[in-house]
Amino acid sequence: MKKLASLLVLTVVFILSSFATDVPTPYKIGDKATDFRLKSVDGKMYSMVDYKDAKGFIVVFTCNHCPFAVKYEDRINDLAKRYKSKGYILLAINPNDPALEPTDSYELMKVRAKEKGFAFPYLFDEGQKIYPQYGATKTPHVFLLDKNQIVKYIGAIDDNVDSAADVKEKYLENAIAALESGKTPSPETTKAIGCSIKAKK
Amino acid sequence: MKYVLCFSFLFLLSNTIQAQNVAVFDNYLSLKEEILSDKNTIYVVNFWATWCGPCVKELPHFEQLNSENKNIKVVLVSLDFKNTLESKLKPFLKKKSIKSEVVLLTDTDYNSWLPQVDKEWSGSIPATLIIKNGQQFFAEKIFSSYTELNEYVNKFTN
Repeated sequence: MKKLASLLVLTVVFILSSFATDVPTPYKIGDKATDFRLKSVDGKMYSMVDYKDAKGFIVVFTCNHCPFAVKYEDRINDLAKRYKSKGYILLAINPNDPALEPTDSYELMKVRAKEKGFAFPYLFDEGQKIYPQYGATKTPHVFLLDKNQIVKYIGAIDDNVDSAADVKEKYLENAIAALESGKTPSPETTKAIGCSIKAKK
Repeated sequence: MKYVLCFSFLFLLSNTIQAQNVAVFDNYLSLKEEILSDKNTIYVVNFWATWCGPCVKELPHFEQLNSENKNIKVVLVSLDFKNTLESKLKPFLKKKSIKSEVVLLTDTDYNSWLPQVDKEWSGSIPATLIIKNGQQFFAEKIFSSYTELNEYVNKFTN
């Protein structure tokens, strides 16, 4: 009977642990972020490895529908333009499943990108395989990577989603400035709210 | 006839007053001090916003909890934008006939106040905080049914 009980316990542990490995651990500072090959609104595929001379990458999980993401659109566009010349490539990824959130479809991404003149690749996370690896939990959610794809900063773009004019702390820009001077970003992570990522359970 | 008119007027007035009573706070600590400070009350605080689909979906469960569970007090803390108080939040509350206490928190310095609610909070909403006797219990999750919410609350309040 004892043997059967231990066998049962072992089986349960085995089953539970196999479930656990299905959910990736969110990236922490210092982890190496995965590259991807995702389609942008221009129909082309983009990967970080395409940018041989990049000093770093600004990976932003964002979307069409979320009011928080919408509030940051102009700022994201501005950041993309200003930092491209400095060697930091901004790549935006829409992590949502259009079956759950129809306004986040690829077609509507194209419309939004055109309307707002997005100056960066706006990528569709086909099959929603990339955002779970990063551990993105909401939109917008930013991951700043160095040229080796090491995660250096995670969180919010700045401290005031509501008003760009009233921003006091430009978290992301400060983090980039820290990388530029060989320092550690401070803070390395910030908290923010946003819309949950829409995925089937 | 006079009584009918009087009554109708008072009824409408009370509805209007109810619909308009949303206290606005620009920082979490003042909200906590003013709204969540009675040591003898068990608060079930729900962080939500009109623009958050899953939040709106679970609000009825909190309304039900507020009306059926006399041991607790539900406080709905909206994180809607400051300038949408009149245009979005109040109309929403009126349309849904929300009876629980609603306050608007306009503090956008989330990095400072989110950890004050709970150090582990990643920032996603909806999220629910139970305050009982100086203790706090936090759930960064969606309650998909009233039963689920009620069971969760009873775990900490019995």
